[in-house]
Amino acid sequence: MGDPLFWHRLQFGFTATYHYLFPQLTMGLALVIVVLKAMGLRTSEARYNDAARFWIKIFGINFAIGVVTGIPLEFQFGTNWAAFSRFSGGIIGQTLGMEGMFAFFLESSFLGMLIWGEKKLSPRGHFGAALALWIGSWLSGYFIIATNAFMQHPVGYAVAKDGSLQLASFWAFLLNPWALGQYAHNMIAAVVTASFVVAAMGAFWTLKGIHPVQARLNLRTGTIMGLIFSVLVAFPTGDISGKLVAKYQPITLAAMEGRFESGPRANLTLIGQPDVARRRIENPIQLPAVLSFIAYGSFSSNVKGLLEFPEDQWPQNIELLYYAFHIMAGLGTIMIAVMALAALLLWKGRLDQNRPVLWVLMLAFPFPYIATAAGWAVAEFGRQPWLIYGLLRTIHGGSPTVNAGHTAFTTLGFAGIFVVLSVLWLFLIGREIAHGPVSHSPKA
Amino acid sequence: MEMLWFWLVSVMVAIYVVMDGFDFGAGILHLVVAKTNEERREVLGAIGPLWDGNEVWLLAGGGSMFLAFPKVLAAGFSGFYLAMWLVVWCLMLRGISIEFRSHLEDGLWRRFWDGTFALSSVLLPILFGAALGNVLRGVPIDGSGYFEMALWTDFRMGARPGILDWYTVLIGVFALVTVAAHGALFLAWKTGGAVHERSRGLAMKLWGGVLVLWIVASYATSVVNPDIFHRLPQAPLGWVASLIFLAGLGLVFAGLKRERFLLAFLGSGAFILGLLAASAACVYPVMLKSTLDPQFDLTAINAAVGRHGLQTGLVWWLIGFPIAIAYLAFLFRFNRGKVKAAAEGEGY
Repeated sequence: MGDPLFWHRLQFGFTATYHYLFPQLTMGLALVIVVLKAMGLRTSEARYNDAARFWIKIFGINFAIGVVTGIPLEFQFGTNWAAFSRFSGGIIGQTLGMEGMFAFFLESSFLGMLIWGEKKLSPRGHFGAALALWIGSWLSGYFIIATNAFMQHPVGYAVAKDGSLQLASFWAFLLNPWALGQYAHNMIAAVVTASFVVAAMGAFWTLKGIHPVQARLNLRTGTIMGLIFSVLVAFPTGDISGKLVAKYQPITLAAMEGRFESGPRANLTLIGQPDVARRRIENPIQLPAVLSFIAYGSFSSNVKGLLEFPEDQWPQNIELLYYAFHIMAGLGTIMIAVMALAALLLWKGRLDQNRPVLWVLMLAFPFPYIATAAGWAVAEFGRQPWLIYGLLRTIHGGSPTVNAGHTAFTTLGFAGIFVVLSVLWLFLIGREIAHGPVSHSPKA
Repeated sequence: MEMLWFWLVSVMVAIYVVMDGFDFGAGILHLVVAKTNEERREVLGAIGPLWDGNEVWLLAGGGSMFLAFPKVLAAGFSGFYLAMWLVVWCLMLRGISIEFRSHLEDGLWRRFWDGTFALSSVLLPILFGAALGNVLRGVPIDGSGYFEMALWTDFRMGARPGILDWYTVLIGVFALVTVAAHGALFLAWKTGGAVHERSRGLAMKLWGGVLVLWIVASYATSVVNPDIFHRLPQAPLGWVASLIFLAGLGLVFAGLKRERFLLAFLGSGAFILGLLAASAACVYPVMLKSTLDPQFDLTAINAAVGRHGLQTGLVWWLIGFPIAIAYLAFLFRFNRGKVKAAAEGEGY
């Protein structure tokens, strides 16, 4: 508790996890809104614009909380991780600066037009505002992922005389293979979150027997997008991310799977408990040789175990990493199954009458949130003990002049503010749902 | 190249102060100039579409500093630790107040957010002004490149200065009154009716206060850090900046007198921009002055990253900056004319 680093890590992990509850929805919803507005323009049917109007309200509330919870993350680079900033600012400052310049200005300029401008703008103009928010938020996502990718797999840098990192190749840094893979995986996951939320809303209205036109449209949109993107998040993008880990962070892969011994035909553990003290996995249920195939594309490939690496390079919290990874992968599988079933029923025209499946759809919307948080936990715990993989250890990244008490104090401050924000969020979202979709046309 | 980036960062920060300054000003004054719910919504309607974009200048300016002078960012942010978090919490509360205030048609709810909006809008310029005061006064950076400061000590200069001492608080108050005066002109320009009349009446008084505080703050600065004024004769950019802020001041009073409020508002923007640029010109190349020993100063030269990073940053900066200005122009054009309070359930 007297260790400042513990508090720095807790604070960043806590504030980043909380923050990302909101952007994952808004980035995904931005695409949903663009699709709905485009359908509205194409067909001139009021129901698409009515649906878009409802989701824009939900988007606005989430976006506002996303903005205000994002500010502290930018500050923490300097306040809590000063040594890290000094060491690597010459590189990651590029992407963080570009995010402000190319993404935030775009988003902030058109946000007001999207939320309040439907009457003032032409339908095309309003579609344009939706498009601007989609592009802006997805650009913002790229700059953040590229920053994180540098910490996972540093490329395009040189070491200066004073030991700090300097930019050597901008394009190598910006087009880091890790960034491309992780970006695709992460953005598709955001659309999965939004799809589940849209489908849950449709299921809720169908079960209640209210807003029939909107209930059907949301159910349909959420299910179709949900199935497509739930599959894409696993294959190919999840697969690509896994192969990147296998290639660049083999120790992390071993820890994610709780694998201690090396060898070919490595088993994929579906369920089991890692016992780090005894260097083994307890009560495993495993698929033979599948891990070798997933990691390297061949059943006979050798997958290294943790024992092959010096222990000071192991992630410190192997159990947490293992469980986070298995929660993510397990939920990902369940989500594909849920959406496949819903899509099948939709295709047969029986989804609106199948109450058990509607109940599942209504209650499944937290799954993508949990899976996403677990996925980021895999990325960040898997990176340990490094802050920048192979270059800077986490223990050397904190601010030397900030003590544990200060950081504990501000962490508690955030906990308090987040409680307030959560209550506000629940209250305001609850009100919007109670209002339901509002139609500007006489019938719908 | 380092000098160029020193100026890019300074200009971005100055633009931030001008832009977010007017919406801070609106927040400081709105309890006074806007009495009824409709009037408050008029104020919020004027700044609502703009405040978020204004705040991006802070992030973009901070990002530019991060990319060009990470040592300054690391030392400053960790050294001002608690003050930084006060700033962040105020920014968070303020954003939420603006965005959520009109979601509910309830008097108590709205009065609560009006209060948090006003309080955070008052605290922020004081804190930012105090930060500027710290930069001008200097901080106890040592050979490690870091420093640590209490939020306040005994409010005196000396061996153990706090983030807040008499001088930095004075600069904070100067900043508070200046952005309030700046915001009053913005409201006088963008609103009609009672809000306009009250803002306009206040603007005259506030600008009188700005003049007095400007003289006091300048004198105090010359006492605290005499080097600043000694450098002015050798800093041609400082003369240019001084001309800009003097011209701005002239425009403010001329505009107020002739009731041309856009002109006066532009004048007050020029005043703030010029004053900050003149300060930057006088401290150059020092970015964070050490009170312990000049050799520990963090300067644009010893805190900058390598050339390649600066050159790369410049390329995309030259692309991004005009785009940002274009959005801004579009946004002001889209929201041109006097604002009206939005209908219930719509707008800010």
